Amino acid sequence: MTPTEYEYLRKFLKDQSGLDLSADKQYLIESRLLPLARKAGLSGIGELVKKLQGSSSALTTSVVEAMTTNETFFFRDKVPFDHFRDTIMPEVIKARAGRRSVRIWCAAGSTGQEPYSLAMCLKEMGAALNGWRVEIVATDLSQEVLEKARAGIYSQFEVQRGLPIQMLVKYFKQAGETWQINPDVRAMVQHRQLNLLHDFSQLGTFDVIFCRNVLIYFDQDTKVGIFNRLARQIEPDGFLVLGAAETVVGLTDTFRPISDRRGLYRPNDPRAAAAKPVVADAAPRLVAMAGR
Amino acid sequence: MKTCLVVDDSSVIRKIARRILENLEFEVTEAEDGSQALQICQRQLPDAVLLDWNMPVMDGFEFMGHMRRLPGGDQPKVVFCTTENNVAHIAQALSGGANEYIMKPFDKDIIADKFAEVGLLPAGHDLV
Repeated sequence: MTPTEYEYLRKFLKDQSGLDLSADKQYLIESRLLPLARKAGLSGIGELVKKLQGSSSALTTSVVEAMTTNETFFFRDKVPFDHFRDTIMPEVIKARAGRRSVRIWCAAGSTGQEPYSLAMCLKEMGAALNGWRVEIVATDLSQEVLEKARAGIYSQFEVQRGLPIQMLVKYFKQAGETWQINPDVRAMVQHRQLNLLHDFSQLGTFDVIFCRNVLIYFDQDTKVGIFNRLARQIEPDGFLVLGAAETVVGLTDTFRPISDRRGLYRPNDPRAAAAKPVVADAAPRLVAMAGR
Repeated sequence: MKTCLVVDDSSVIRKIARRILENLEFEVTEAEDGSQALQICQRQLPDAVLLDWNMPVMDGFEFMGHMRRLPGGDQPKVVFCTTENNVAHIAQALSGGANEYIMKPFDKDIIADKFAEVGLLPAGHDLV
């Protein structure tokens, strides 16, 4: 993205939505608008900007939506984290009491707020997890986004979105105008680059998968393919967490919603899901996707 | 309708805060220092106080101490809103009875998040 294109998008977003991006938010624009541009059949941000300049196209709405409604901040939407603390973890603690380990995957880890929110939730559980091996794997498409996540450094603005002040004081260290999440919380999260369209079986299986507000970028067939592959990476008694506006209903029967727990899903037929050969039929699906 | 007392010696800040809070359906009253705010609270306690720290006559921290000692003064949610952005001030405010803390500059999203945090707005309140 050229500086001119960035300036254009900044002004465009300010005019259209009031969203005020500082001068260094290129990564944010790229992570949000690149998938959108590709979906619209455009080569990249440059072509997207040309389209926007051309007319008041239908793209305007999609661009604004992508930039504003998909913000990432700590404890975003609250509810999924309540589910995590009150429903998911109590069950996991019971079910894994024998091996005392839990694996969690943030499939759209972005700049780290979601995986670190989960890490802080786990810290808050204190003694209940003493002696447990806790692993949080956060993946994202963009290397730039991952670097920010790894550093765990956030602006004063970012730490005031969704993060209770007690948690800021407890889990962050102030460095001038920025705040860095403490090393012990950072150490709970592994960051890896991953495209959900590609094979992810090497990540292993998880007790909990957070996959929020990322599948909205994909078409129906791609979504179904991802759900089916997610089903192979989740323990038969595991949990899948989707964004508030997302569902598996009508797309796949590999997961079923949990009543009264919006956004929470479990693998549908545990024995069948567990028995499926993982490697054998992952390959043809990948070929199919590569050929899209 | 829930009530919020906005305490700040800057009339611009009070105006901005008022607009944001009215959009969030609060009934807003204003005070320009801690002593004025205390007089208002002695007549009627609000549901929330959005509170600046540094003000002439009586500062926000001192006001909070007096207000908390009023009958029923433990009830209002106190959200500091100040340029004092270091851990020492935040810790002092929390141990003095503040419920939340906003470091200026703020915007409507931060206000909405913090007021949701103290239970005065529904959780996951989305302004976008």
